[in-house]
Amino acid sequence: MGINLTLIGQGITFFVFILFTMKFVWPHVSKAMAERQRKIAEGLSAAERGSHELELAKKAALEELRKARQQAAEIVEQANRTSAELIEKARAEAREAAEREHAAGKAQLEQEIGQARANLRKEVVALALAGASKILEREVDAKAHQQMLDKLAAQL
Amino acid sequence: MASGAQSPSEIVQHHLQHLTVSFGDGGFWTLNIDTLIFSWITGLIFIGIFYAAARKATSGVPGNLQNFVEILVEFADRSVADAFSGKRDFMGPLALTIFVWVLVWNLLDLLPVDWMPSLAAAMGIEYLRIVPSADMNATFGLSLSVLLLIVFYGIKGKGAGGYGREWLTHPFGSHWALIPANVLMNLVELIAKPVSLGMRLFGNLYAAEIIFILIALLPWWIQWIPGTAWAIFHILVIPLQAFLFMTLTIVYISLAYESH
Repeated sequence: MGINLTLIGQGITFFVFILFTMKFVWPHVSKAMAERQRKIAEGLSAAERGSHELELAKKAALEELRKARQQAAEIVEQANRTSAELIEKARAEAREAAEREHAAGKAQLEQEIGQARANLRKEVVALALAGASKILEREVDAKAHQQMLDKLAAQL
Repeated sequence: MASGAQSPSEIVQHHLQHLTVSFGDGGFWTLNIDTLIFSWITGLIFIGIFYAAARKATSGVPGNLQNFVEILVEFADRSVADAFSGKRDFMGPLALTIFVWVLVWNLLDLLPVDWMPSLAAAMGIEYLRIVPSADMNATFGLSLSVLLLIVFYGIKGKGAGGYGREWLTHPFGSHWALIPANVLMNLVELIAKPVSLGMRLFGNLYAAEIIFILIALLPWWIQWIPGTAWAIFHILVIPLQAFLFMTLTIVYISLAYESH
């Protein structure tokens, strides 16, 4: 018991330990801690930024999707319209072509009829001429003429 | 107990004897070798563990040791930051050293009181007390060092003139007639701090040690009941005293450092 030299030894030891701690322990540990703190703070802010960006991206994606959908709808509508137009046009063309064809056919038919008539007339004339020549070469038989004339008339 | 022939008071007396080396005449010129050696051993354990952790300290994911060390470092740092507004590059290590060192001192009290002395006796050493904080020299060695730091920080914080003026004019007033009263008051205040610091720690641990010694005098089959009860209670006292010593040191120094 009692105070003695030990006290001074303890005091010196105490300061030695404090100085050692101050030089070799404290700075390293607190540096590592501060560094980690900074890293964690950075990580947290990065995470926050990331989630913010994600939200923005989600919004943008939704917007894009909406636009795409609208565009698709527009395209489909356009296509429908175009196809309807095409069909209508084709139909009109077909009708026109048919009419044209019809008219052409009719014209040709009429032409052919006219031609046939003309031919017929020519033939009639030829026949008449042949008949007349035969009549002229032979004796005139009224009845025979009559018969021939009737035949001619029927041929006309 | 090997020394069955001794009376209980002799056993207690024996347990309270330090292993000493004398350097001169009078009681002061002796060294309590046991106190010194055990405080060095505990201090070196503290420093060794902390140095090992600090050398490999990484700012990435810390290992178990680093984690443990960081908890204590942060605890000390926070304790200083709460009370002290100046730079903490000395105050932090000071608080950490006090807390951990005193804590390990106190923990030695939980070793069964007869183990180390018996081991020492087997090696031919007659007296051994292993708990430095149950030796006034150790606790006052710390608290008087704190006293020096209080004065140092007082001068550092207020300047030599400012600190001196505070001695002359505080707390009663700046009239010249009040100077003696002021000086006396400051002297009492200053002395009371290390005395209360040192006595508090010493008293707690010394009393605890005596109770452990008394428990060890009981028959062996009953010792575990009071021994366990007292040890469990003592587990509360051990960190509390270490914490108090650290906190009060910080508060005293910051009181001296900062102007009122």
